[in-house]
Amino acid sequence: MSLLRLENINTFYGGIHALKGVTLEVNEGEIVTLIGSNGAGKSTTLKTISGQVKPKSGTILYNGKDITNTPPHVTAFDGIAHVPEGRRIFPRLTVKENLEMGAFSVKDRKVIEERMERVFHYFPKIKERLHQKGGTMSGGEQQMLAIGRALMMQPKLLMLDEPSMGLAPIIVEQIFEIIHELNEEGMTILLVEQNAFQALQIAHRGYVIQTGEIVMTGPGQELLVNEQVREAYLA
Amino acid sequence: MIEQVLHTLPQVLIDGLALGAVYAIVALGYTMVYGILELINFAHGEIFMTGAFVGTAILLTFSGLGWITSMPAIITLVLVLIVTSVLTGLLGMGIERVAYRPLRNAPKLITLITAIGISFLLQDLVRFITELKNGNYILTGPNLFNKQIGIEASSILSVFNDASVKSSFFIVLGVAIVMMITLDFFVNRTKWGMAMRAVAQDRETAALMTVNVNKVIALTFFIGSALGGATGVLFAVQYGTIDPYIGFILGLKAFTAAVLGGIGNIRGAMFGGILIGLLEMFAAANLPIVSHGVLGAEYKDVFAFAILIIVLIFKPEGLFGKVTVEKV
Ligand SMILES: Nc1ncnc2c1ncn2[C@@H]1O[C@H](COP(=O)(O)OP(=O)(O)O)[C@@H](O)[C@H]1O
Ligand SMILES: [Mg+2]
Repeated sequence: MSLLRLENINTFYGGIHALKGVTLEVNEGEIVTLIGSNGAGKSTTLKTISGQVKPKSGTILYNGKDITNTPPHVTAFDGIAHVPEGRRIFPRLTVKENLEMGAFSVKDRKVIEERMERVFHYFPKIKERLHQKGGTMSGGEQQMLAIGRALMMQPKLLMLDEPSMGLAPIIVEQIFEIIHELNEEGMTILLVEQNAFQALQIAHRGYVIQTGEIVMTGPGQELLVNEQVREAYLA
Repeated sequence: MIEQVLHTLPQVLIDGLALGAVYAIVALGYTMVYGILELINFAHGEIFMTGAFVGTAILLTFSGLGWITSMPAIITLVLVLIVTSVLTGLLGMGIERVAYRPLRNAPKLITLITAIGISFLLQDLVRFITELKNGNYILTGPNLFNKQIGIEASSILSVFNDASVKSSFFIVLGVAIVMMITLDFFVNRTKWGMAMRAVAQDRETAALMTVNVNKVIALTFFIGSALGGATGVLFAVQYGTIDPYIGFILGLKAFTAAVLGGIGNIRGAMFGGILIGLLEMFAAANLPIVSHGVLGAEYKDVFAFAILIIVLIFKPEGLFGKVTVEKV
């Protein structure tokens, strides 16, 4: 069953037509990746889903419910976590506070602590840095914290916007491993990447977006060997 | 000359502390709103003034009913503080809802001009209502704490003159300190305080954490305005006579305090307020002495604004500006 479905979404920034009839589907338990070059409309797709920008037309269905015009804090409450491009850690909150922000809608202190332990399981490094300010961490640590913060929401759908951006290859490797692990444990993931090679390797299915249009879709392994994809994104 | 300065020092410290506490809490309102919206809420000085009028009006009503003499003064004050801060808190929240929120995405200058417009509106509104009820827009409230207490500073150091304080000084200082500690606790130790800081740092991302940003902004205005209004009551209790224009200069000085402490920084605003209050009283007492009578005490205001200009030129981030290194 599809957990998330975008139907013919058109999104504008003033006069710029950023998404031109995007249709896309994420099934429960899948890793779906959306790849494309800079400015193609990947971030806009995620922002439209979470409600940061409103589409002019089209519908977004989540769990069968229309969330097309739902504001971001409600979308998040409904179980869609959005790890934005550039990580967006709260720089002057401590690492612990950043994690607590992820569980803002949770009232029970014990539940918050349990989830935090879960985050430490994936990212043991975070535990050593709890009382440091978020802004003082390295890029890789910030990315881990950003994913950890999203896990604090215990989302049904995890959307990641270019988690590998600007990170050393070894860190990227670790992060993709954890994304894979999360999925194995049942988390549905929508992964936006410019790093098409690694994204397609772990994805069940992929979509290729070009200047606001989905131009190709298929299983990850198929796109990985597709001539056009190889030429445009894997060169 | 040093000796003369020392003579008046005890009195300067006492008066400066009382005034500084008032500046500090009004400064909090500027700094909180700036921190979250990057808006200099010029109307905040007028919220303070409105608080002074509302508080005085309630006190005068109590007085008319004969309650002032039958109730302990401190209970009367606490009652007035609570009612006034709720009312001014709602007023601030209403202003945000009606005047600022529709302009959330407009250029900063437009919101700033709107804030100045709201200032004038409040001044005129308060003046109109007071004149209607009172026939005169200057108001003097009943004296709640007017016992004069002598402080024998000369017994500490012989060069000091004895100082004297109105008993209201201790009340003002005490209430101010309680308000500051409570706010500091709220902002740094509670969930909604954390949400406030998160919204101030990154509004979009805070929303992705299920935070209703509009609610947090409304809350910020409520708290800042409630504190500002309560401080208006303290001001009226300490200084007795008020008019609709007290919020203007006082607001500017409190804003100076906020800039001095690093705009957006709550503890900085408290420190800046106390410092400006002390400096101003020090200047008022000593300018005539130091300048051999050329500069009178009334030049003390120039002092506060000279500080504003100096800070803006040499240390625009303030004494406690944000220093966290932000790596990408
Ligand atoms: N806030 C904005 N205002 C105007 N144009 C924007 C804005 N954000 C993105 N765009 C434009 O929309 C298009 C898609 O951008 P984006 O979704 O960020 O691309 P990607 O994430 O794939 O790099 C680009 O042409 C970009 O310039
Ligand atoms: Mg992007």
